[in-house]
Amino acid sequence: MKNYDLVIIGGGAAGMSAALGAYEKGIKDILIIERDVEYGGILEQCIHNGFGLHTFNEELSGPAYAQRCYELIKDTTVEFLYETVVTEIKDDMTLSLSSEKGYDHIKAKAIVMATGCKERSAGAIALQGKRCQGVYTAGCAQKYLNMNGYMVGKKVFILGSGDIGLIMARRMSLEGAKVIGVAELMPYSNGLARNIKQCLEDFNIPLYLSHTVTAVHGTPRLKSITLAEVDGNRQPIESTKQEIECDCLLLSIGLIPENNLLEDLKVELDPRTKGAVVNDQLMTSHEGIFACGNALHVHDLVDFVSMEAKKAGANAADYILNKTVHKHEIKSIPANGIGYMVPQYTSKDQDVEFAFRVRNIYKKANIRVSGGELDKKIYKLSLVPSEMVKVTLTKEELLKAGDTLTWEVVE
Amino acid sequence: MEDVIIVGAGVTGCLIAHNLSKKECKVTVIDKNPDVANGASGSNSAIVHSGHDPKSGTNKCKFNLLGNRMYPDLCKELKIAYKEIGAFVVATSPEEEKTLDGLIQNCIDRDVPYEVLTGEEARSEEPNLSDDVTKALSLPSTGIVTPWEVCIAAMEEAVDNGTTLKLNEEVKAIEKKDDRFIVTTDKGVYESKYLVDAAGVYADKIAGMVGIEKYHITARRGEYYILDHKNQFVEKIIYPVPSDKGKGVLAVPTIHGNVLLGPNAEFVEDKEDNETTAALPGLRKDLGKTLKNIPFQHIIHTYAGLRPTGDTHDFVIEEDDKVKNFIHVSCIESPGLASSPAIAKYVCEELIKENYPLKKEYKRRKPHIIMNELSDDEKAEMIKKDKDYGKIICRCERISLGEIKDVIHRSCGAVSINGVKKRCRPGMGTCQGGFCEPQILEILASELGVDRSTICKNGPGSEIFVNPAKEDL
Repeated sequence: MKNYDLVIIGGGAAGMSAALGAYEKGIKDILIIERDVEYGGILEQCIHNGFGLHTFNEELSGPAYAQRCYELIKDTTVEFLYETVVTEIKDDMTLSLSSEKGYDHIKAKAIVMATGCKERSAGAIALQGKRCQGVYTAGCAQKYLNMNGYMVGKKVFILGSGDIGLIMARRMSLEGAKVIGVAELMPYSNGLARNIKQCLEDFNIPLYLSHTVTAVHGTPRLKSITLAEVDGNRQPIESTKQEIECDCLLLSIGLIPENNLLEDLKVELDPRTKGAVVNDQLMTSHEGIFACGNALHVHDLVDFVSMEAKKAGANAADYILNKTVHKHEIKSIPANGIGYMVPQYTSKDQDVEFAFRVRNIYKKANIRVSGGELDKKIYKLSLVPSEMVKVTLTKEELLKAGDTLTWEVVE
Repeated sequence: MEDVIIVGAGVTGCLIAHNLSKKECKVTVIDKNPDVANGASGSNSAIVHSGHDPKSGTNKCKFNLLGNRMYPDLCKELKIAYKEIGAFVVATSPEEEKTLDGLIQNCIDRDVPYEVLTGEEARSEEPNLSDDVTKALSLPSTGIVTPWEVCIAAMEEAVDNGTTLKLNEEVKAIEKKDDRFIVTTDKGVYESKYLVDAAGVYADKIAGMVGIEKYHITARRGEYYILDHKNQFVEKIIYPVPSDKGKGVLAVPTIHGNVLLGPNAEFVEDKEDNETTAALPGLRKDLGKTLKNIPFQHIIHTYAGLRPTGDTHDFVIEEDDKVKNFIHVSCIESPGLASSPAIAKYVCEELIKENYPLKKEYKRRKPHIIMNELSDDEKAEMIKKDKDYGKIICRCERISLGEIKDVIHRSCGAVSINGVKKRCRPGMGTCQGGFCEPQILEILASELGVDRSTICKNGPGSEIFVNPAKEDL
């Protein structure tokens, strides 16, 4: 059985950045395992631009961003293993690999999970109606269009204002489809402001806030949908129901971190993020296994994925070289207005950057973090659920905290 | 000329064909759907009930009891999974306990294995039973199957042994002329000596084509939730006590570790009205009476099936009293799946009276290779033999290319995205095919040697692509 210092599962932005982080800290024996035929992950089908403003100070397409990440490690000793799927991680850090070459095992001193995320499906929201052809997750339609060159519809409606949905509204319009509208259940958009502008407004595509698709009609192919406004409890208002003709419904209703392997290993997952529970090293409840990127929590910018993954890689290096394991000294509790907190646990050994999302739109509000002797307020001009918030607490501040930190939005 | 034409490729139709394929007998099965098991047989509770529940003296009771006993051997013969996981019928009030006592008496009278448990005893085995459960009837001979797998396997073996299967073909007229039936479809004309009406919700319409107006069938819709396979919060099937509306809302573990929650019951006018509706969330309240800690957050899919409910209130399994050799296999709602092997046997032995000799040679189907179920060494060995079994296509359920190719190349094989999904499960996981569907489409096109634009989700009219990009510009 082959041994590696560090095995990284996933060769997208997170995986490559984690490799860079570990390599720069002195780990040379690194293997990246990628299921696809080459590096890049989901970036490969994201042919629009807008990637890399923070990391490379440039606006790149998805494949170009992946190329940049690759170039940073291509002349190093980092190895890639393509067209290979990890089917199991055993408790002793053995990984089972399946590929056309065979069924194999390798052993790692540390593992970084950079497996990305998957899309919530029509089934997950119990979409009413028949199981007709023409209902797709936005990312799946994106793959069909950008990788295979095929359109899954000509008259398109989109449910959910997540970024992939917005990007696909523009993309399908450019390819000649009529995009009728985008419905968002919440009273605010779930996508980035720039995408609302560039993908909807510039193409005169209406955004229906506080609206949802209550049913799909047609067989065997989608013929129409029912659109309805929702009340304050997000329940459809009967009198507002209208039928809209379309042959394609795209869903952009959320992403779920991919954690099959960690689930099988009984690693603790956070029901809020659906990713692993981690400490300030981004180490999971299994010693030596780290998580980062969209596998840990869903990010809105790939730049932030890279930054977080680089840290995870560096921490994995520190663990390999020094057996560093930070204690769970403080538990972070997301309270009023906060959706989740990553990391969930921290030590008091170093400054820690926390990442989280708010659950509503706030103008001129404070993030309050309190516990023990610490009571800190961070003023924010604007807070929106679609944009991840980052707050750093210094080691000194953490030393003042008790064994919990409560995070909340105070207006 | 055929000896037997079977209208309907649901579970009874498929098992009758399978039974007849062992004899020197020419059989054609006709179904308007693009695949077998596309009606009630594909959308039900997937249970082989013990036979504790149907009214004494009915066909439902007789065939359920026999069918339950036949299932283990049938599944062994077809090389498909059968699990005898057992069931609890749970009572939550003195009245319900009284109903339970009636079922206990049924078990005694019918020789159905059973055990009576207190609420605490039941909860110690199934911790997620509601605290309100006061008494439970345990039915250890209750089993589960994957219903469409029964149909697919039976039809595959039948076709391998000479049965003709006509899919996407709708019967338009049937005429009885002398001693033969002349069956006209939208694609051709066939003749046979016997006609078996196993057309599910349309059985009354088919019978009507030869002037039989014996029964009227109304579709009774049942909706379900499916939970992701990592959330098997019950190990047995949990039934509430039955009411006049049926068996009630159940929790049913599946062969692959998912849990089905449902069904509700509503009569619908349209025999194709298998929509899921706003009534679905109502299941949650019913389930809350018998269960707790239900992981609704892990719902990955919903579906609705249509039960062929006859105004006869019982299965109709008989030769027509006026039209000779017209065999009714009709009004088969629950417990139809459980009863189907016994119904098929009865039809082939008692109703089709011709004494066809047994075939000298009978080809058995090959078992599927399911990579997930192999040991590490077996996996390595398999991939060495065929590298396709190392290439994983469905990441949620970990299904390999080899497994997908296998189900495309078998008789009664997959020709659509749903066909592949039913036969080897890519798309049955959390992402519901979001990742693997584009790959399945490519595999189907290349293995079948057709253009990818012809590949459908289900049948004709459900092609995946509307047009290549930019072609319309």
